[in-house]
Amino acid sequence: MTLWWWLLLSCVLAYAWKLVGYLVPASLLRNPRMSRIAGTMTIGLLASLTVVNTLASGQSLALDARLGALAAAAVALWFRAPFLVVVLAGAGAAAGLRLLGWN
Amino acid sequence: MVAWFHVFPLVTPGNRNPFRGGPEQAAGEPVKLPQSPAVRVGLSISIATGLYGVSFGALSVTSGLDFWQTMALSLLLFSGGSQFAFIGVVAGGGSGVAAMSAATLLGMRNGIYGMQLNALLRPRGWRRFAAAHVTIDESTATSTGQTDPAEQRRGFWTAGIGIFVLWNLFTAVGALAGSALGDPKQWGLDGAAVAAFLGLLWPRLKGREPVAIAVVCALATVLAVPFVPAGVPILVAALVAAVVGWFSHGRSDEGLEPDVDPYAEQHQGAQGTGRGPGEDA
Repeated sequence: MTLWWWLLLSCVLAYAWKLVGYLVPASLLRNPRMSRIAGTMTIGLLASLTVVNTLASGQSLALDARLGALAAAAVALWFRAPFLVVVLAGAGAAAGLRLLGWN
Repeated sequence: MVAWFHVFPLVTPGNRNPFRGGPEQAAGEPVKLPQSPAVRVGLSISIATGLYGVSFGALSVTSGLDFWQTMALSLLLFSGGSQFAFIGVVAGGGSGVAAMSAATLLGMRNGIYGMQLNALLRPRGWRRFAAAHVTIDESTATSTGQTDPAEQRRGFWTAGIGIFVLWNLFTAVGALAGSALGDPKQWGLDGAAVAAFLGLLWPRLKGREPVAIAVVCALATVLAVPFVPAGVPILVAALVAAVVGWFSHGRSDEGLEPDVDPYAEQHQGAQGTGRGPGEDA
């Protein structure tokens, strides 16, 4: 049940971010440093989420089939595959490597 | 990444309407919507983005959320990156607070988009609150990629509403399919999550500097994993990224790119989707 509360709070805060741009005087947000941080933080968070989902299992690091998924996704992206194909490539690589015995 | 956009020929805004301005133009002027370049782009971006709601739905239920929690994220939070961040932290054993923090920090850029769109479209009354909800990477990029104010408006609403409808539809499809799958690891769904995050990151890595930021944040994450509870390494990386953003001087719109570029054809070689915060007055 507590997850529900954090989830709904996330929804409220996400909408608050969006609305703030429309309601706050532009001069406040026009500060280039604000959009710069919004951008670098987007890159940093997505890079971090990629790494956590590839290497972390709980509080330890593990090299397993997910590494193959990362490689397969990178290859698919390199060849400009659509998002859904990239995701399927990642799933296929992880499932395939597990079939071959690499966890 | 969107090679099949060639199917929808992009019309350059050549025969532009001389009567610029308000929403009344759409009703009063004989501009047929299918002929509007922004509407075409908005529809094709809606299909491309909406479809990958399937992967969100499936990953969400396999990371431990139930069907209605998954739908609540797509209906109410409605921002792909933040939704993936929330379930990504939960899947890794992180707490609800950590999931909320990651999703919220990732949503900051939508505030910047809101400010840009407010300056461009000037929505009034209830439209402003509706516009805020569908203010995401793709609707912003579709709108700012147009030069004519009426087209900017059409592009924003077409992409925003189109993606909202299809994203939620396909989230439901994915969530139902995901619950029927059984052991998610057997199907490589943890690998699918890895691929999804790399897919969200990839289009933002234009040039050497964003790559450097990504590498530094990835390293910070790896170093933090053994020492702090699950989910927190992501927030450590966010802090590092914020410090880099504060002290360095790069493009002010770095990282503010859509996951699927609505104008992929025009952007071969060209950088950026257009307006920075200071360019429209």
